[in-house]
Amino acid sequence: MTATDPVKAVSLPVPVSIDPSIAPPGTRNFRDAGGIPADQWHADQNGETLVPTHCCFCGVQCGMYLRVDKHGKVFGVEPRNHDINRMRLCPKGINAYQQVNHPDRLTAPLMRRSRDEEFKEASWEEALDFTVSEIRRIQQAYGNDAFGLLGGASLFSEKTYLVGKFARVALKTKHVDYNGRLCMVSAAGANKLAFGIDRAGNPFSDILLTDCLLIAGSNVGECFPVMTQYLWGARDRGASLIVIDPRETAIARTADIHVALKPGTDAAFFNAVLHVIVAEGLTDETYLAAHTTGWEEVKQTVAAYPPARSAEICGIPAEQIVQVARVFAAADKAMAWHARGIEHHSQGVENCLTVINLCVATGNIGKPGAGYGTITGQGNGQGGREHGQKSDLLPGGRSISNPEHRAQICRIWGIEESELPGAGTSMMEMVWQMQRREIRGLIGICNNPFVSLPNYAVVKDGYDTAEFHAQFDFFLSETAANAHVVFPVTTWAEDEGVMANAEARVVKHNKAQEPPAGVRTDTWVICELARRLGAGHHFDFPGSREVFEELRVASAGTVNDYYGITYERLEETGGIAWPCPSTEHPGTPRLFEDGRTCHPDGKIHMQVVEWHPPMDAYTEEYPLSLTTGRTVAHFLSGNQTRRLGALVEQTPRPWVEVHPSHGFRNGDPVRVVTRRGSEVFPALVTEAIRPDTVFIPYHWPVPTAANALTIDALDPRSKIPEYKVCAARVEAADRIDEVPAPPTAPGQEAYPEAQVSRTDPLPPTSPQGRGTAERS
Amino acid sequence: MMGRTIFIDPGRCIGCQACVSACRECDSHRGKSMIHLDYTEPGMSVASLPTVCMHCEDPVAPCAEVCPADAILVTADGVVQQADTTRCIGCANCVNACPFGVPKIDLQAKLQMKCNLCYDRTAYGLAPMCATVCPTGALFYGTLEELQAERPGVQVADSFAFGDVMVSTGVAMVVPADKVQWPVPGGLPVVEVNGVDVR
Repeated sequence: MTATDPVKAVSLPVPVSIDPSIAPPGTRNFRDAGGIPADQWHADQNGETLVPTHCCFCGVQCGMYLRVDKHGKVFGVEPRNHDINRMRLCPKGINAYQQVNHPDRLTAPLMRRSRDEEFKEASWEEALDFTVSEIRRIQQAYGNDAFGLLGGASLFSEKTYLVGKFARVALKTKHVDYNGRLCMVSAAGANKLAFGIDRAGNPFSDILLTDCLLIAGSNVGECFPVMTQYLWGARDRGASLIVIDPRETAIARTADIHVALKPGTDAAFFNAVLHVIVAEGLTDETYLAAHTTGWEEVKQTVAAYPPARSAEICGIPAEQIVQVARVFAAADKAMAWHARGIEHHSQGVENCLTVINLCVATGNIGKPGAGYGTITGQGNGQGGREHGQKSDLLPGGRSISNPEHRAQICRIWGIEESELPGAGTSMMEMVWQMQRREIRGLIGICNNPFVSLPNYAVVKDGYDTAEFHAQFDFFLSETAANAHVVFPVTTWAEDEGVMANAEARVVKHNKAQEPPAGVRTDTWVICELARRLGAGHHFDFPGSREVFEELRVASAGTVNDYYGITYERLEETGGIAWPCPSTEHPGTPRLFEDGRTCHPDGKIHMQVVEWHPPMDAYTEEYPLSLTTGRTVAHFLSGNQTRRLGALVEQTPRPWVEVHPSHGFRNGDPVRVVTRRGSEVFPALVTEAIRPDTVFIPYHWPVPTAANALTIDALDPRSKIPEYKVCAARVEAADRIDEVPAPPTAPGQEAYPEAQVSRTDPLPPTSPQGRGTAERS
Repeated sequence: MMGRTIFIDPGRCIGCQACVSACRECDSHRGKSMIHLDYTEPGMSVASLPTVCMHCEDPVAPCAEVCPADAILVTADGVVQQADTTRCIGCANCVNACPFGVPKIDLQAKLQMKCNLCYDRTAYGLAPMCATVCPTGALFYGTLEELQAERPGVQVADSFAFGDVMVSTGVAMVVPADKVQWPVPGGLPVVEVNGVDVR
């Protein structure tokens, strides 16, 4: 027996030496699994158990076992032979368990009546009562919409469902949104426009079958390391690899074609690629005629993007455009996967649409090894918006503006349609509304906008202006430190629930240990707040299982149909891709195999895209592109990973990556200046970046926060911020001590050798090898 | 020929250090990693390379040969163990002798520590922790046949030239096909000794 999935079209590069029967789901320890004599496995003798679950971090959702000692405490990790990852884990996954019993865990509510006071530990009664009294005060004085709610895409889907329901039914506000807004909403918007469904078209396993893999704006090696096993599997079978990225990343280094285009020029590039494909007669006209609308308009538009024009816009040789077009179009089966690199733009939706146009024009849709996908950054970036947490969506991906959809959900929730608010605004817009005092109170659940939103000065001002702010978290994040009330809640290992990964495969996380004394689940806190707000009868949920049952019903019959997915099935199968309309349905790992999309006419609606420049104009004063991204050791705002010793040792602080042509030496203090402000970073001088581009990883707070410099311009459709490009300049900083030491974190004591020097002003090691290596 | 062992493929390494973190989780040296992650072209490229103990076979493990306390034992299946805690005197002879720069000394404990091929796992049929988790397969555990079945045409080398000294190892390195005929240069770029091509 293995951790099987209903879709197992191909065999993955499994480490063949490992007996797949060693630890099937439900196995409590190695001895039960067979193969290891009970009297010779000392961990087993100590009463260790293994709890099958998944990683809490990115959208790959690797299977793992948490090792639990005889006292019921999580103390380690063991690889799990799950279909998604086949034992593989990245450093974040390996170290994730250390957060569970970390000394920084919040174990009592923190409270203060004004931001001038220090936090004091409070009882749950006090904290809940104060929060409810502030909600009532603000809503009575300024209206229901003066209170907002911000959820998170690291929450289980059950909790995201509760966040949306709580906002509309208990708070009666239209202002609810979530941090998935900062993740893949551009891709979601594009997918919905083109296909009528918001998810990747193919499972990861299809990558192994493709002949040509195009990766656009995704540093797979650092952001989704475990996905590289699929990439290498395709390479082993002879697939070509095309990487579009301004930096020569670990994946780009080994690609057949690496296009290092200037940030913010993706639409011009992809239009030109399609131009060449059309000009050379490489389109699949039969497919286009049968399955698409809008092709003629798209064809006319791309005619205005000859390679020479786009090459100038993108800052690349025109030959590369021709080369990419020929390689992609010549492949029998080609796929395109993209991520934040093309999505974090003021034309993020349009960028994704140009990639979709490329796949569609070559007939690469709905077949094994041919299709498109977006790689979700957050664990539940996909599932987090499917059930009503997003400002414009109701459960099941229903539109909150559609009268029929509203009526359906009101029936399930038992409320009058007149009681259901309309669409609210996006996460960044809510911050602007706080600045304008249109939103005066806010609850944040599982998010850290002080690090993750662009233009930090605006974000801080918005939150400081709010009269009341409560935050749910298990560590005191930079944003929680601004709050009036902080509720200590569970980690992913202390509750059960589901997440949907980048393939839209729903997987189940299991509870590995009881939460520490004083800690409650998010579900309990939301339901308790609802009860105190007089809406308790709508929130009678003892736990995640009961919420999931309501979620299944609420999604039935929609595009995002979860009805056929049950906890029991998830435990048996290792994951089911939605839509799954009945308990007999195997799930839908690959979309459009019958040639029909989710639009009523069953066609793909191709969209015209014209390239326009980024919002922040280049001038003599700001001639460079600043782009941001992740490093492999850290996750998003770093609230979790910046506390784990091994990860801090691996990447202790941010840096600015600059080309040697700027004249800096490795480690020089460099001031990066944008129209939002300036900060000093140590230089990482490398030829692996364009001379007109600089890069800063964004996981750290001020004074080394990339997002103190980035622009809060939004895509007009998806409202995603333009993180990936803004105008900047670099200059030598005066003193080396302008480079601040990284923040201290008690978790570093976990491993003695993981201590990092607090006095060393320069990066001791080079992240990803672009500096001097140091042996520990 | 080599049996079940680790194969290192630098072409696949993405420098993520999952192996380093995984090594820390190994029960025999929990909290300490025995893997080095090296960067081959700093400032030029992101190329990286994990180094584990190569489990030298010929000459028999230089670290074990020079150990004055006979603390480093070699098992029948060729695994060069880390120092026996009851014998090691922390003299660091092994550190100086190792041509690959692998062993580490814990000065406080006066103890040498190094990769022992996860003997606590491999003895029971599991792969070493580093090769189990490696997201890209840059560290692969298995037989040569298993590796080649998965990666058609892959070539490996298990001998290294350090000047005029040859070292054959239990752990093998994936190399470009045109380089497999002679040992992989490990130390100084010497190809001739006393007029003889030592490749």
